[in-house]
Amino acid sequence: MTYLAKPKLHHPTLPVNRLGFTRRDYEGKISTLCAGCGHDSISAAIIHACWELAIEPHKVAKMSGIGCSSKTPDYFLGNSHGFNTVHGRMPSVLTGANLANRELLYLGVSGDGDSASIGFGQFAHSIRRGVNMVYIVENNGVYGLTKGQFSATADKGSKSKRGVLNSDESIDMVMVALQLGATFVARSFSGDKAQLVPLIEAAIEHKGSAFIDVISPCVAFNNHDGSTRSYDYVREHNEAVNRIDFIKTREEITTDYAPGTVQEVVQHDRSVLRLRKVALNYDASDRVNAMNYLQQRAQLGEIVTGLLYVHPGSEDLHEHLNTVDTPLNRLGTKELCPGSAALEKLNASMR
Amino acid sequence: MKPTDIGHPDYFHKVVDCQWACPAHTPVPEYIRLIAHGRYSDAYMVNWQSNVFPGILGRTCDRPCEPACRRGRVEDETAPSPASSMISAGKEPVAICRLKRVAADYKDDITARLPKAPALRNGKHVALVGAGPASLTVARDLAPLGYHITVFDADAKGGGMIRTQIPRFRLPEEVIDEEVGYILGLGIEFRHERIDSLKSLLAKSGPGGYDAVFVGSGAPRGRDLELPGRKEAEKHIHLGIDWLSSVSFGHVTKIAKRVIVLGGGNTAMDCCRTSRRLGGEDVKVIVRSGFEEMKASPWEKEDAIHEGIPILNYLVPKAYLHEKGKLTGMSFEKVKAEYDSKGRRNLVPTGESDQVFECDVVLIAVGQENAFPWIERDCGIEFDKWNMPVVDDKTMQSTLPKVFFGGDAAFGPKNIIWAVAHGHDAAISIDKFCNGESVANRPPPMVNLMSQKMGIHEWSYDNQVSTDNRFKVPWRDTKITLKNIKIEVEMGFDPSTAFKEAQRCLNCDVQTVFARDLCIECDACVDICPMDCITFTGNAEETDLRTHLNAPAGNLTQDLYVSSELKTHRVMVKDEDVCLHCGLCAERCPTGAWDMQKSLIEMTKAGPSCRDKPAPLRRVA
Repeated sequence: MTYLAKPKLHHPTLPVNRLGFTRRDYEGKISTLCAGCGHDSISAAIIHACWELAIEPHKVAKMSGIGCSSKTPDYFLGNSHGFNTVHGRMPSVLTGANLANRELLYLGVSGDGDSASIGFGQFAHSIRRGVNMVYIVENNGVYGLTKGQFSATADKGSKSKRGVLNSDESIDMVMVALQLGATFVARSFSGDKAQLVPLIEAAIEHKGSAFIDVISPCVAFNNHDGSTRSYDYVREHNEAVNRIDFIKTREEITTDYAPGTVQEVVQHDRSVLRLRKVALNYDASDRVNAMNYLQQRAQLGEIVTGLLYVHPGSEDLHEHLNTVDTPLNRLGTKELCPGSAALEKLNASMR
Repeated sequence: MKPTDIGHPDYFHKVVDCQWACPAHTPVPEYIRLIAHGRYSDAYMVNWQSNVFPGILGRTCDRPCEPACRRGRVEDETAPSPASSMISAGKEPVAICRLKRVAADYKDDITARLPKAPALRNGKHVALVGAGPASLTVARDLAPLGYHITVFDADAKGGGMIRTQIPRFRLPEEVIDEEVGYILGLGIEFRHERIDSLKSLLAKSGPGGYDAVFVGSGAPRGRDLELPGRKEAEKHIHLGIDWLSSVSFGHVTKIAKRVIVLGGGNTAMDCCRTSRRLGGEDVKVIVRSGFEEMKASPWEKEDAIHEGIPILNYLVPKAYLHEKGKLTGMSFEKVKAEYDSKGRRNLVPTGESDQVFECDVVLIAVGQENAFPWIERDCGIEFDKWNMPVVDDKTMQSTLPKVFFGGDAAFGPKNIIWAVAHGHDAAISIDKFCNGESVANRPPPMVNLMSQKMGIHEWSYDNQVSTDNRFKVPWRDTKITLKNIKIEVEMGFDPSTAFKEAQRCLNCDVQTVFARDLCIECDACVDICPMDCITFTGNAEETDLRTHLNAPAGNLTQDLYVSSELKTHRVMVKDEDVCLHCGLCAERCPTGAWDMQKSLIEMTKAGPSCRDKPAPLRRVA
């Protein structure tokens, strides 16, 4: 960490977005994480994505639990809403907030401890309910704040900094999310912003539960030989299935792609995901195949990254519950308490 | 691109924009830090080593360092305007020049720290013609080495144009006496004697003769403006620099009420401001060109305007108007600037009728010329078609090997700091020449790279970037300054303002040094850099690379720092242009691949260290 605030001065040619903000306007406080932490790169990617999409900062709610990863919302989007919940309870609080005000962008930021251990149940239910959110797990495979014990996502057989082998089976968050019906599932690497930024942008535009598992090396406790979450190991074993170009509106393809190498997905808001396929036989709209592919590759020790699954016609919790379009927090007494006649009618319908 | 060779003495030197721009390469950030620490004497000595006249230059320097200053490129123009009139708007360089004066103003007695002439001289004699800044620099560099130095000047006191042409309200005489005195106190012989013949000076061979001669006689002749009426009204028309030196010596103490100053350089500014103090009430400066193109430094124009002197532009002088030998005014043709296809400017008449300005006196300050009537053209020194001596711009040697030139005498009128730089170069040459070595073979400057890391987040320099805008130096009230020519206008910074101004310095000499083998490519430096200077990318040719960095590197005068290939086959590219030297890249680096290291550049100095052969060991009797 550093004790100095980042100087306010910026590059003279720093561009502004549609709202007149520079990227620097989306920053938060200076990070207090260890120098070189992958989480800081993810914060930078979130800043970049929000700037590029010209998101109004006051229309974002950053939700997090406890842990290194859950500290990060303090380090980006300094002018947005935030909520630090009890350990592992971020998904519930996010769900509640989303129900009360459906108009905000909900950014759930969590870690492997917060989401795969203490909050595993919370994570599972928010995904299966299809809460409209971007759920980012900053996954480093260790409990950094308590000095580097294996977390539930650490690979079986990987070695801790002190040389202990992990004998437990690991939880693959991506597989769980797919199984639970997340409609946007991706995996990326904190050291590859070219891949991560467009994924976050696409997830923000996605309606429904969008889940991104970001492998984020812990420089202090999980960046050694024998670790499967180190910068070197992830770079060597990273197998991207596709590269994503996120486009706000459909435009003509001007670049010449070889046939069969581009997959286009049109989302509900007409934004287009153009996937440049790296693995040619990979179809990001086929959930079952995605799960099979991930299993096969995991057997080979590969870490599959990219946009793994996206369901174009996705729905969210509000649609399932058939709630009103107006956010609940804006409804007045008249709408919320329609009077005894209405109550009588409701009671009658249940008799 | 090939990996950057940071071992080259020029690489990091160029990053220190101020030092690179300074002809004498004064280590500016080094002395500014000392000022911030209140170590004024140390700051003064750093300056004295390099530019010889800190107190004088701190008031009069042409400041090539300031337009180069990185601060002027990184400040935010859109920041809210300052609350006080003593603070400038944004995008201004550090007030380097006036901080130099701070060191001179608040220093203690430094005489004990000055070098002394050795008791044992080396038996070599060097004659210096003219006692201006160039000659005095040569004297300062050579006297401590044991040379017998004789300085000749037509004036009774040393200083040259510093003493004769710069008015006292800009530069008090005590400052000149003090700094010229430091040099003349090094066991130098000063002779109040005009040299009329170089040949006879050279002829003094054998005992009492000179092993080398340095010509630092300046550009002593003011250019005249021959127009109708010049002869008839000659009593009321003066050449600017001659008039200024008459004022300086007290021969002239008054001027008529209405004065026209012709010319747009710094001498014109000195003439008009001096006139205001000697009784001139209606003083105006009239220039041929546009106001913006005037040669005078912007701050000198500002000073003149502040004293109620209008500057009228696009007026070409046509005639001096006179009646019975008395000047009545001048007529001017109105012109406008037109640019041809090659972008060259031409002044073309507007066709309007001539404009007449009444006046009692005209001061001509339209340029200076060199004059060497005392150098016989058959003495062995080659002169070019402009009647200037042929001088090597690195060694300052003329075509007669034992004669060297420097200052305005070498390449025409420049300024004090250039004269100092010439003096240093000539001193090296003279020392090598007197030791029978080739003057062309000169060692490069010495560079020291020292890590500034003191602890995990602790650096030996203050890396927090100040957001203050430039502070203005306070002026004394014109009611006082216009009454007495000897009262200095600028009051200098007080210590607390000096501290705040010093904190604006970005410490560009504390370099970001990258160790490729330690880098794990975690992007922490990229994410933290406030100026988006750092990019990890595939290598390419420079022109290509400059366009696809995290922020475009459009300033071609600033280098890209490129590493060799990293594990991912990318390279680290850092655009040096707008780096704040805040050290956050190094603070955020988990492996210490970035380090902040001070590059202290020591310019080559005359003496044994720059000779080809080591000096023989002195036998102890």
